[in-house]
Amino acid sequence: MTLTEFLQHLANGISLGSLYALIAIGYTMVYGIIRLVNFAHGDLLMVATYMAFYGMLLFSLPWPLVFILAVILTTVMGVTIERVAYRPLRDAPRITVLISAIGVSFLLQNLGLVVFGGRSKAFYVPPFFATINHIGETAVPNLVWFIPLVTVALLMILMHLLYRTRIGMAMRAVARDLDTARLMAIDVDQVISFTFVVGSSLAAVGGLMWGLKFPQINPLMGAMPGLKCFIAAVIGGIGNISGAVAGGFVLGVGEILLVAFFPDLAGYRDAFAFVLLILTLLIRPTGLLGERVAEKV
Amino acid sequence: MDRNNNLLYTLIAVLVLAVVLAWAQTGLFGLVSPWNPYTVRIMNLCAINIGLGLALNLVNGFTGQFSLGHAGFMAVGAYTVALLVMSPAAKQMNFFMVPLVAPLDKIQVPFLVGIIMAGLLAALFGLLVGAPVLRLKGDYLAIATLGFAEIIRVVIVNVKGLTNGALGLKSIPGHTNLWWTAAYAALTVLLMVRLVNSSYGRALKAIREDEIAAEAMGINVFYHKMLAFVLAAFLAGVGGGLQASLIGSIDPAMYKLPLTFQILLMVVLGGMGSITGTVIAATIVTALMEILRFVESPLTLGAIHLPGIPGMRMVVFSLLLIVVTLFYNRGLMGDKEFSWDLLHSRRQTKQGVTQ
Repeated sequence: MTLTEFLQHLANGISLGSLYALIAIGYTMVYGIIRLVNFAHGDLLMVATYMAFYGMLLFSLPWPLVFILAVILTTVMGVTIERVAYRPLRDAPRITVLISAIGVSFLLQNLGLVVFGGRSKAFYVPPFFATINHIGETAVPNLVWFIPLVTVALLMILMHLLYRTRIGMAMRAVARDLDTARLMAIDVDQVISFTFVVGSSLAAVGGLMWGLKFPQINPLMGAMPGLKCFIAAVIGGIGNISGAVAGGFVLGVGEILLVAFFPDLAGYRDAFAFVLLILTLLIRPTGLLGERVAEKV
Repeated sequence: MDRNNNLLYTLIAVLVLAVVLAWAQTGLFGLVSPWNPYTVRIMNLCAINIGLGLALNLVNGFTGQFSLGHAGFMAVGAYTVALLVMSPAAKQMNFFMVPLVAPLDKIQVPFLVGIIMAGLLAALFGLLVGAPVLRLKGDYLAIATLGFAEIIRVVIVNVKGLTNGALGLKSIPGHTNLWWTAAYAALTVLLMVRLVNSSYGRALKAIREDEIAAEAMGINVFYHKMLAFVLAAFLAGVGGGLQASLIGSIDPAMYKLPLTFQILLMVVLGGMGSITGTVIAATIVTALMEILRFVESPLTLGAIHLPGIPGMRMVVFSLLLIVVTLFYNRGLMGDKEFSWDLLHSRRQTKQGVTQ
């Protein structure tokens, strides 16, 4: 493998990794605050791409406007899901909430199949993203640097939100101890809703990026990225935002380089994430950056 | 009500069931004809799903370990049966892209041997998967088992010389009939009842209620979890094998998460930790899968013509799962079981009221 090829793969890996990171942040925030694997997170990604698809196809609106509308509508949907399917189960065993989340995920997928049809559709990629730049001999489409840029920008906004604002402080308090936070007069339900606002909008942005990167969209497209990004969050240490970013990069770069160095293993690409997950859980269950928590009796 | 009477009732019930099954499958002594194949097929599916549901309930309901790896073990069972029971000629027809590896292309064994091998191989996978992942708890365990099921599926897609890859296997001999499936369901029920009422079953329930307390009481937690997990894998393998032989063709895409979800729906609907519940729910869900086909076919109500909506059934089932978890999360039976005494005591109290 020449250096140019390697750099090419690395650029792709970083691009994919930052996309994983973006979606993983949403998972990790929701998990951090209510200890729930939000299975529907990946399907929100699908919902966002379809909204953008139909926005551009039916109403022929300009793409920046469509993207913003898609993010807003998906966010509303994410918050509604929390209100309807998760909030009534706040005091139920965690497994019950998990089953509810699985149910919502399947509802979205099957509803997607009914409403949008099962056939894959071609997502419109605005010319801006498809333009290819050459850095040395490495070909870099605009999209490849655009995705990491978006991730970094959103990450900075998020960090500001979490560590410099009142609602961010409330979120951290609820994540640390929900009951005590409630005693401190924090409106826990509102904070959880807000967490879903943040998580769902990140999923929507991630979904739009995903649609631009892999422009074949279908109602089941959210399932695999959803699982992989949850895995990224676990690898980095769930509940920890820097961890989610680290996990996303490890997974994205690892996946691309695995295929680059061992082309024979290309078919096993989807299994790579799961192998990495199981190794992480066995060797370092709290993830790369997670804190070790002693089990309370 | 003494024990002997209960035993008698059970025997009568089993006998009646056997006669009905014989009638459905072969007809009775040429006097009445067998039931139509469509009904019999649904009955077969019901019986297989009862077994599969009970296997999942053993791990998720009785032991309290949330596993989402059922489809993986079913895939192992299905491929084992297909590869062992198909005739060499049929195998040659299937493997036209990459030939089947050496000894397997000549081997053909009786169905029973194939089914048992399917169970044993799935159990072996259960052992290999369970040993590392059963140290995890709750949602981590769910994701890890889901991950293993997905790995099994990806491997099946890629090992073309053994599994024919994404093309799957066709014309698997259809040995499965009501006798096989009913025996599978009945033996699973029997096994579960015996297990749950033994010291093992009490240990499993103790682990479900409080793992740390159970360990403090001297229960070997890991051993019991493994026992439940491997047994469930065995039953899932057998069920997968029977299903493969019933359907006649398999491919890796069948064994994705939706399959596990379908079985999970039966367990949750029936009540986590109830054998009776799973049996009832498996029957209802399987039957509904067929009955609800009408929502997918075009419908004409007088002047109104509704086009058929394919995929609507699964929407109904996802909604059902959400509604049950939200409003009725103990399921049909909670963790209660059917017993003759229960029926009898109810009748007595009713009589008492009327007198």
